Amino acid sequence: MNPVRKQRLAIIAFVLLGLAGAVALALYALSQNINLFFSPDQVVAGEAPVEQRMRLGGMVVEGSVLRASDSLKVQFDLTDYRGTVTVQYEGILPDLFREGQGIVAMGELNSDRVFQADEVLAKHDEKYMPPEISRALERTSQAAAGEEARPL
Amino acid sequence: MILPEFGHFALILAFGLAILLAVVPLIGAWLGDRLWMQMARPFTGLMTLLILLSFITLTLAFLKDDFSVAYVAGHSNSLLPWYYKMSAVWGGHEGSLLLWALILAGWTFAVSRFSKALPEDMVARVLGILGIVNAGFLSFIIIKSSPFERILPNIPPDGADLNPLLQDFGLIVHPPLLYMGYVGFSVAFAFALAALLGGKLDAAWARWSRPWTTVAWAFLTLGIALGSWWAYYELGWGGWWFWDPVENASLMPWLAGTALMHSLAVTEKRGLFKSWTVLLAIFTFSLSLLGTFLVRSGILTSVHAFASDPDRGFYILALLAVTIGGSLLLYALRAPVVKSRIGFSERSRETFLLMNNIILVTATLTVLGGTLFPLFAEMAGKEVSVGAPYFDAMFSFLTPLLVAFLCVGIFSHWKDTRPGLLKRQIPVPLIAAIPFAFLIPMTQGDLAFMPVLGSFLAVWLLFATIRDISQKVSGRRSLWAGWMKTRRSYKGMVFGHLGLAVMIMGAALVSAYTIEKDVRMAPGDEATLGGLVYRFERLAHYEGPNFISDRAYFVVSSDSGRQIADLHAEKRRYVVSGSIMTEAGIQAGFFRDLYVSLGEPLPGQDAWAVRLHIKPFVRWLWLGALLMAIGGALAVADPRYRQKARAKAPASAGDAEAGNTAVSVQEGGQA
Amino acid sequence: MNRVLLFVPVIFFAILGFVFYTMMEHDPSELQSARLNQPFPAFQLTDLEKPELTRDQSALQGEPMLVNVWATWCPACRAEHAYLVHLAEQKNVAIIGLNYKDQRQAANEWLVKLGDPYRFSIFDQEGRLGLDLGVYGAPETYVVDADGIIRYRHVGVVNEKVWQEKLSPWFPAISGSGVPAS
Repeated sequence: MNPVRKQRLAIIAFVLLGLAGAVALALYALSQNINLFFSPDQVVAGEAPVEQRMRLGGMVVEGSVLRASDSLKVQFDLTDYRGTVTVQYEGILPDLFREGQGIVAMGELNSDRVFQADEVLAKHDEKYMPPEISRALERTSQAAAGEEARPL
Repeated sequence: MILPEFGHFALILAFGLAILLAVVPLIGAWLGDRLWMQMARPFTGLMTLLILLSFITLTLAFLKDDFSVAYVAGHSNSLLPWYYKMSAVWGGHEGSLLLWALILAGWTFAVSRFSKALPEDMVARVLGILGIVNAGFLSFIIIKSSPFERILPNIPPDGADLNPLLQDFGLIVHPPLLYMGYVGFSVAFAFALAALLGGKLDAAWARWSRPWTTVAWAFLTLGIALGSWWAYYELGWGGWWFWDPVENASLMPWLAGTALMHSLAVTEKRGLFKSWTVLLAIFTFSLSLLGTFLVRSGILTSVHAFASDPDRGFYILALLAVTIGGSLLLYALRAPVVKSRIGFSERSRETFLLMNNIILVTATLTVLGGTLFPLFAEMAGKEVSVGAPYFDAMFSFLTPLLVAFLCVGIFSHWKDTRPGLLKRQIPVPLIAAIPFAFLIPMTQGDLAFMPVLGSFLAVWLLFATIRDISQKVSGRRSLWAGWMKTRRSYKGMVFGHLGLAVMIMGAALVSAYTIEKDVRMAPGDEATLGGLVYRFERLAHYEGPNFISDRAYFVVSSDSGRQIADLHAEKRRYVVSGSIMTEAGIQAGFFRDLYVSLGEPLPGQDAWAVRLHIKPFVRWLWLGALLMAIGGALAVADPRYRQKARAKAPASAGDAEAGNTAVSVQEGGQA
Repeated sequence: MNRVLLFVPVIFFAILGFVFYTMMEHDPSELQSARLNQPFPAFQLTDLEKPELTRDQSALQGEPMLVNVWATWCPACRAEHAYLVHLAEQKNVAIIGLNYKDQRQAANEWLVKLGDPYRFSIFDQEGRLGLDLGVYGAPETYVVDADGIIRYRHVGVVNEKVWQEKLSPWFPAISGSGVPAS
């Protein structure tokens, strides 16, 4: 092998090695930091894992928001109109957090199936709904369309 | 009064000219017909003028509260102050695309104006390709998102108001700067494609592309930094980067553009990496387009997405398929296949710049992968999101690599570097940085790995740069006198690298040593944070032009009782839209920011959820970006670009002013 | 060999483009096609202006009409409102309002201030009917024919163009044109 080819091979080998390392790291980091999305319905049905980081999205049930009087603890219910999950959070809620609005909470389910959130995201403006929520609601309403007219 | 229909008509005419610009000069260059090639400049001028007129028409419609125009009615209100009426022009989808088109035309015009020293066929091809891009965007605006559509005959009495998030100085300036960057990469793209078409990928081509790329990069740097600063003070979370898809969309072209700047240097100086540089130029502009696509199509709805519209998304996808797919195909067919011997050693500057490129492109692909991963997962039927820790992990791995290669490579020479030289230069800055790596974090709190590493990298980079300067100017009377004698392009490089150092220092320290606390406070309450006492003095109510506000006054004092800062944080309710907005109270400091923002009112006497922060070195992030942008400006101002142009055509003002001209074209649009 | 490598980027992009194409959300106005040509879902809700009155689906029969989903919190509804008033007053189009997730008082004040294009408005504070209809957001407008069957759904603002191209064909008595085959 002549020196030029040898040098070329060395450079290519080095680059490939570096890229392989980066890809391996990226895949590892991805596997550690992927948050699955669940709807309240799935949580109620027991499909969501306990004590594992995930995202939960739904509508905040009217009248369910309870504020502690001496701290920033807050509790509310999230629903997709098929299942309802209680969420507990301590901290400041986003500006657009309102009852009856779609939100996404990030956190984990505890063993009592209460969702412990460490982050709450609300939709950004009236036009915007987190895509997971609109899809979840869409599924619900499609399923409902198959049923007979329900009493309200 | 100029009718909105006039604006629409001007756009259609501009589209016609863009088509002519896309066809005539390219055919001329192909046939070698001088007359056809020479048509490129007049077409460009006329097209730019028409788009400018169209933009002015829309601006006037906003200033005159012409709510018969649907876009004005949707994004403005008679109560809005005039400066927000003007920035509301790009406050929504249609108008921001028009701004995009205007800036694209501005860049095209600048190229036509400052290319007198270039061969005629090259100019014709470059302008022709820019004409294709212009035509694509203009057709999209005209067919899918015209801002001039009327609501007739029943005109709403008043408009729906501009999204309050956008009623802010940062957001007046952020989109134009960002677009200047995004769109500016179209010039390097057009040069690359023109070179492929003409089959002349030489050092001259790289030299012409360089200043344009650098200017676009400097604008993009400022635009991203401004966006980050805005998120910091306006969203009320105290965060400066969220790895949100929209932010990622702007970061990707920046990373690729940074790689492009460096590889252009190699291509110009040594005639190497030609295929690679062309690919990077295509890649960078493609990522800019992809950024637009990701934001507009609603394919990745994120916190600050515009209202999405799939129909538009399909159109943009088709545009992307033609521009990116077409240029990559052209690349595959025409790019030169390197057969030559390598001609540089593994210690040469070429090798180190190659490493720089590989790391930066890897970083770009990392961001791309993380941003698109949810999409691929969805195809597999899973709904997932990729958290910030993924991006943090990748960048805390790639940044040290990048800095290490930089601090070694800065001493290297083209072709080959004597091993003795590297052995002599490298250790001094490296060793000198070690004590600072511990001393600086110790001023902030407990030692931890990341801030130590970050400080080390920043200081190492600083010392390596200084050592390089002192090497360069040895023999001069003093370091300063020598520094003043260096070329502007060298100064630009130094500023760029120092900017990186400053930014790394800021990121490492603010991430590690931010102290924050969410507390419940009522007037009269005090909270302690990081040895400082935050006192909630009083709550006031006041009314702005289009909002009502609760304003909380805070006084921060040290534990000895000395008053340090007055802060006022606000919660605004915008009357028309009913939106609630947070205005954080910030005392900006070189070494730390004091930050207060209001959460929500709580039951009880005037009690609020309050977020308190102390953020050390957060300003350094944006200061670093500013240094980088200054570096870019200095590099472009290097007289050699001007002299080369002048030597051939005395009338040319030189590439250096291209960026400024593009700015003034655009300012003209707002006037 | 090297030439083949140069095709890697374009192939990579083609795959990416394909993924984008398949994943792009489809036109929301076509999303709920399952509900098209179905009877309007059953409901029992109070009237917006007269809370003592209860409305149900039987009120949506007898002639073709538009059911317009609106709310005071929705900026785009304000943008289309004037045109709805125009349709109701000038063209005598029957429009029923579906006041969606709103406050009764604010909604009534809005109608007093901006004009009332609606024969009546259904007050759907909790959004249950909206959910049954598959409402994505406001504004949305449904065409319901004389038999109470949903014939068309428009997402977004109604204006002259939308009326002429999309909605008016369902109103032969007003536009003079025939009903398109569906």
